[in-house]
Amino acid sequence: MNWFIEIFRTSIGKKIVMAITGLGFSLFLLIHLIGNLTLYGGKELFMSYVEHLHALGPLIHVAEVGLLTFAIIHVVSGLILFWQNLQARPIRYKINKRAGGRTLGSATMPYTGVLILIFVVIHLLNFHFIDHSLQTAFQVISATFSVLPYVVFYTIAVIIVAIHVSHGFWSLFQTLGANHANYMPAIKGFGIIFSLLVAAGFGFIPVYVNFIM
Amino acid sequence: MISKSINLTLKVWRQSRGEKKGHLETYYAKDISVDMSFLEMIDVVNEDLTKIHKEPIAFDHDCREGICGMCGAVVNGRAHGHEKETTLCQLHMRHFSDGATIVIEPWRSRAFPLIKDLVVDRSALDKIIQAGGFISVNAGGAPDANALPIPREVAETAFNAAACIGCGACVAACPNASAMLFVSAKISQLALLPQGRPEGAKRVQAMVRQMDECGFGNCSNETECEVECPKGISILNIARLNREFLKAEFS
Repeated sequence: MNWFIEIFRTSIGKKIVMAITGLGFSLFLLIHLIGNLTLYGGKELFMSYVEHLHALGPLIHVAEVGLLTFAIIHVVSGLILFWQNLQARPIRYKINKRAGGRTLGSATMPYTGVLILIFVVIHLLNFHFIDHSLQTAFQVISATFSVLPYVVFYTIAVIIVAIHVSHGFWSLFQTLGANHANYMPAIKGFGIIFSLLVAAGFGFIPVYVNFIM
Repeated sequence: MISKSINLTLKVWRQSRGEKKGHLETYYAKDISVDMSFLEMIDVVNEDLTKIHKEPIAFDHDCREGICGMCGAVVNGRAHGHEKETTLCQLHMRHFSDGATIVIEPWRSRAFPLIKDLVVDRSALDKIIQAGGFISVNAGGAPDANALPIPREVAETAFNAAACIGCGACVAACPNASAMLFVSAKISQLALLPQGRPEGAKRVQAMVRQMDECGFGNCSNETECEVECPKGISILNIARLNREFLKAEFS
């Protein structure tokens, strides 16, 4: 454990931790997205996905504990980094101008991060910590998305997630040292496409459930 | 040939030695030749200030040909001004339009305490170099040039990193006031060459920890530094620094 604390104390150490946990969340987001895409195939396809997922049994709980651990580490290190970065410039500039490197995603990382944390808590309260014996997963979805404020909330939330990922994805590779003129354009391109897919794939679910199904 | 002249309004950060707080003071720069450099323009303003018995604006400068890394200020929110790969001394007034207002601020970072006006103490960068940015060589006969083969591409990449003049613009431009581009250049110029390898792991561990201790922020890959660097140092060097650090810590 000592070696971990020793590395975590350094700036790059905390960033490596952010990168590895961020990669974990990117993978989770991809799997979550693929799973939810079954909704577009109709109620039966979605329910069969839910059944298959639950058939994994204890593996689900292992994944949940893993995700919770990653979430705690990601949030805590992120907050430490954010706090330290605020401290690093006690007197701000009167005039702030971007030189062209900063993007919407990179400039808002800590803020989108906190918003995502709030979203995840509400999302889990809506869909996870409820009595599943009374209703099927599909009924929960259609009931939630028949409420307009929830539709607006979830749409904004997935856009915020997409903005976070648009910077986080390529950034994690840079932090892990994987930047090369040959393949970085591909990583950056994939990151943008991935975040657009996240926004569109999750974002159209309420619309689809309400108006098309 | 008669060169064109422009008139400017300057808002310059003034802060006396030992003063806790500073402020922006307005000055008028009249009849500034567009062929002047930015520093020469301040020289003219200072000349006028001296004539009316006012304290001239303190600013750092030395070679005035863009190679020493001594000068630097944030001009209208941009480190070394808005021109690409240009130090403040190489920024010419032809890039400003007549009647423009220019806001001039010092580098802002906790690690760069302000000394006076536009002058900041950048010895934190020296401390990072002292922590390991060197090669320990036992004196002896110089080896034959061809005894140590180094591919041209590697030599060029190392040299591109060595172009860093340590001006601190990367820190000033970074939204987090991080010195990662500077440290990565100093790590890379040695890590790429065989002479730098023996002490490679020790060097990166010591320099990164010294960087943290100086109070710089953490890199969040905003890439503003790369755009503002007067020597065009690439963030590929930061990735190399991260690799070097990973290798050193996990071996």
